[in-house]
This record gives sequence, C-alpha cells and structure tokens, in this order.
Amino acid sequence: MSRSSRTRKARTAEATAKVVTGAIALSVVAVAIFVFVYIVYNGIGALDWTFFSEGPRDRGREGGILPIIVGTLYLIGATAGLTLPIGVLAGVYLAEYAPRNFTTRAIRLAITNMAGVPSIVYGLFGLAAFVLLAGFGRSIIAAALTLTCMTLPVVITATEEALRQIPQDLRQASLALGATRLRTIYKVVLPAAAPGIITGAILGLARAAGETAPILFTGAVFQMRRLPDGPSSQFMALPYHIYAQVTSVPGWNRELIWGTALVLVLGVSIVSVMAAWWRSVQRRKVKW
Amino acid sequence: MTTPPTHSGRRLGRTTTRRAAEAVVRAIIYLCGWMAIIILAAIAVFLMWNSFRAVNEAGLFTMLSGTAWYPTSSPGKFGMLPLIVGSLYVTGVALVVCVPVGVAAAVFISEFSGRLVKEVMKSIIEFMAAVPSVVYGLIGVAVLIPFVKDAFSLMSGMTAVTGGIVLGIMSIPTVISISEDALHAVPEELRQGSAALGNTRWQTTFKVTLPAASSGIFAAVMLGLGRAIGETMAVLMLTGNAAVMPASVFESVRTMTGTIAAEMGEVVQGGLHYSVLFAVGLVLFTITFGINLVADLVLERQRKRWRR
Repeated sequence: MSRSSRTRKARTAEATAKVVTGAIALSVVAVAIFVFVYIVYNGIGALDWTFFSEGPRDRGREGGILPIIVGTLYLIGATAGLTLPIGVLAGVYLAEYAPRNFTTRAIRLAITNMAGVPSIVYGLFGLAAFVLLAGFGRSIIAAALTLTCMTLPVVITATEEALRQIPQDLRQASLALGATRLRTIYKVVLPAAAPGIITGAILGLARAAGETAPILFTGAVFQMRRLPDGPSSQFMALPYHIYAQVTSVPGWNRELIWGTALVLVLGVSIVSVMAAWWRSVQRRKVKW
Repeated sequence: MTTPPTHSGRRLGRTTTRRAAEAVVRAIIYLCGWMAIIILAAIAVFLMWNSFRAVNEAGLFTMLSGTAWYPTSSPGKFGMLPLIVGSLYVTGVALVVCVPVGVAAAVFISEFSGRLVKEVMKSIIEFMAAVPSVVYGLIGVAVLIPFVKDAFSLMSGMTAVTGGIVLGIMSIPTVISISEDALHAVPEELRQGSAALGNTRWQTTFKVTLPAASSGIFAAVMLGLGRAIGETMAVLMLTGNAAVMPASVFESVRTMTGTIAAEMGEVVQGGLHYSVLFAVGLVLFTITFGINLVADLVLERQRKRWRR
C-alpha cells in the first residue's frame, strides 16, 4: 500500500518536474521569439531605398541611416584589423608555446577575467589610454582599439580551441620533413585551424558591432555631415544612434529607430549564423 | 662567426637570416601571449591613476559611505552609496528573474529533452545572447515601461524593477549555457547508478545530478551576476536615473554604470568630477573582478573533480 503510493508520488513528481521545467524552457523560447518578431514587426516598414541611401535629417527624425551603417562598418573593419593578428598570435602562444606553469595559468585567468570586465569600464580605459594619453582624440582608431581590448578574449579562446583540435601527427609529420616549429605552425597548423579561428573572430566582431558603452566617449558622435574619411575621423554607429535618439531627441521617429534596430540585429545575427554554419560545413569536410 | 667557406656561404647566410626572423616572430608571439595580462593590468593602472585625485580630495571612505550624489553643485558632493545601492537593487531583481528560469531551463535541456530540442534551444539562446543591449533597452522602453507603470499603478514606469527584469532576461543565456555545461559534465555513471537503484529521472536529477553540478551552477549564477552588474545601456534607458537613495525597487534608481555613461560626456577632463567617475569605474571593476575570480576558481575546481 505505502509502496505503491510512494511510486505514484514519484511518478507525479516526475511528470510535474518535466512540465514545469519544460514550460520554463518554452517561456525562454517565447521571449526570444517575441524579441525577434517585435523588432521585425516594428522595423520592417522603415526599410526602403531612402533608408539605406541617405543621411539622417532633422536630427534623425527623417531621412536614412547610410552614414551610420558606414561608420559601423569602418569601426568593425578597423577592430578586425587590430584584433585578428594579436588574438591569433596569442592563441598560438597558448596552444603551441605556453609552458604548463603558474604564469600560463595567470594568463588564462586574465583572459576569462577580461571577458567579464564591464563594457563601460573598457570605455573609461579607452578614454584615458587611447583618446587622451595616446593622443588619438575621439576617433575611429581610439574606438577600435577599445573594442579590440573587449574582443580579444573571444578571438584568443577560439584560436586556442581550434589549434588544440589539430592532431599532433600533422605537426610531427611537418617537423620530420625538416620544417621548423614556426614554419609548421604557419604552413600546416594555422591553415588547418582557419575555419574555427575565423568563425570565432566573426562571432566576437559581431558582438562588438552591437556595443554602445565602449564607444560612448571614444569617438561616436550624434551627427556628422560627411562620411568618416580616415582612422582619425569621428563616426556615427548603429547602437549609439539608437541610444542617442531615444534618450535625447524629443519626438524621435519610432519607425526609423526600429528600422535601425532591425538592421543591427539582422546584421549581427545573419553574420553569426553564417559563420557558425560555415564552420560546421568545414568540420564535416575534414575528418582527422 | 668565422667566415664560412664560399661554396656553402649562401646557404648559411640564409639560415642565419631565417633564424633571426624566427627569433623576432617568436618574440612577437610571446608578447601577444602576454597581452591579456598587459591589458588587464593597464586597465587597473589607468583606473587607479585617474581616480587618484578623487581619493585625495574627496576621500575614498567619504565617497563610499556618502549618501548624497550632487556632482555639479559647488562644492560637489560625491556620495556613491545611492549608485551602489541602485546597482544592487537592479541586480537583485535581475537575479530573481534569471536564476530560477535559467537553471530550470538548463535542467530541461540537459536532462529531459532530446537532441533536436537541445540543438534548437541552443541556437535560440545564442540569438538571445547576440542581441545588443541597446536593443533590449529599446524593447524595454516600448513594452516594459508602460507595462510596469500600469501593473503596479506607479507615476512612472522607469524603476529598478523595469531595468532588473530586462537585465534578468539578458543574463538568462549566460546562466543557461554555463549551468547546462555543468550538468553535462556530470559523469553518466552517476545517473545510471541512481537509475539502477530505482530512482526516476527527476529523483536522479534532484538528488544526484544537481548536487554534483552545484559548484558549476553556482559559477553560472556568479557570471550572470557579473554580467548584470556591469551592464550599462539597458539600465541607462530604463531605470530613470534619479541619483537618490531608493526606498524600494519600485522607485527610479541610478546605477554605477549608468552614472559613468550619463555624466562622462559633460565633465571637464582632468577635473574632480572626472576623477570621481573613474573612481566609480574602479569600484565597479573591483566588484566584477572579484565575482569573476570566484566563478573561475569554482569552475576550475569542478573541472578537476570530474577529470579522471
């Protein structure tokens, strides 16, 4: 009697747990879908030729977002140019050179900790180090250096992981043919690990494209008449534009701002999805 | 080096240049390897150096314990307590949202769902993590501010609760993915052993898997906390930014991050207010550094425990 009731209780608990956790997981999915649909629903109306081919007029209440898209692209291009070499070399160091000792442990700790530093603190650092001390002023280069510091942990981790998946045989075969260690890395290991590295870098850069806090004081401006014309020029950027419009333009144009948000979210997620898809295709193609 | 014999001279010369080039490249690789430590140390040094004036003139203890934040009055009052309390209120609400939801969803994904559901859930979580914070802020402005205003019949919907809910939603992906990793790392033998003793799936999860993964889940909560406390744009757009001591979470608050973002644009560079904002940044950096360090150590211990 008591045994069967215990079994029944256990069965009920099992069913309840399944339903409750399932419902919660479903609610997370619902929130994500709501976020996506809400942005698309509100922003889709703004997407037309004018939106992509003109600059903002009347403090952003009219017109398009061409200079803002261009500014974001310049910024992310500069960030990529700075992050990739440093991040890949740092990943090479960790995967191929770093000894197993206390300092390597400290480097890893520093990398995970860098990923947790608040973005606004990076903004402060960029202001003090790159804008003022290094004398770059508020510019694309100062903002890109700031974003580089933020994105580095992602690229380093992705590179190290990709390098560790390359089997030891490949390195040994290359060394046996008389290649030096560096040549082995450059000619054999890095090409084999490229899909993983590039995907990781793209994911990191896509995140960087959506960041507002680090570029607040390092170069983003509310409005400028021309397109940015060099690394020392100031720039407009998609996330900063959204923030500035919502907080400091009375009667901001809802449709245009949601359109800007849609462009930002679509850009970030399409690039991320394509990068992840490409990596999985490459992985299936090569079997170690 | 002595002059090499002429017939092999070219080869030897090439080797020397190549050796030199290799040495240079290796030096660059080592330098990049150390970059993370260099940058992290540079951040700490710059924050301390720039907040030196604030500590000197306003006093560290006076700032940390003061309850009046009037940076533009003369003389300016720089009591950070309202900002710290504001950050804690918002973060508290965020934790109430993201911890139960995140852990429960991780349990479902790891213990109760099939492969297909797992894959779909993972890509949805990645999408959530990829949405920029300013877009979450925009959605909060459009949806949550009017909702909170009506639901609690308040004067304004810009409150700590509003910011906290959005921050909680933003932290959910972090909590889910790290909790899920922790549950996944628990060896299958433990589950099988529990099932062999006649436990149901849920009994196994509740009595065996969750306790075994508890340190990883703790780390997930810490990292979610770190993310929430350091988030800037969404809170800046949603909490109303009144720098007074809040009496409840249904009042407008101003967080540390929001203060830096809102005021740095208007200060005199090198002035006292400027320096005080760096001091706020230093407090923020210290808090998140501590949180991340604890989470990292806990995760490392757990990794060692299951590596046999």
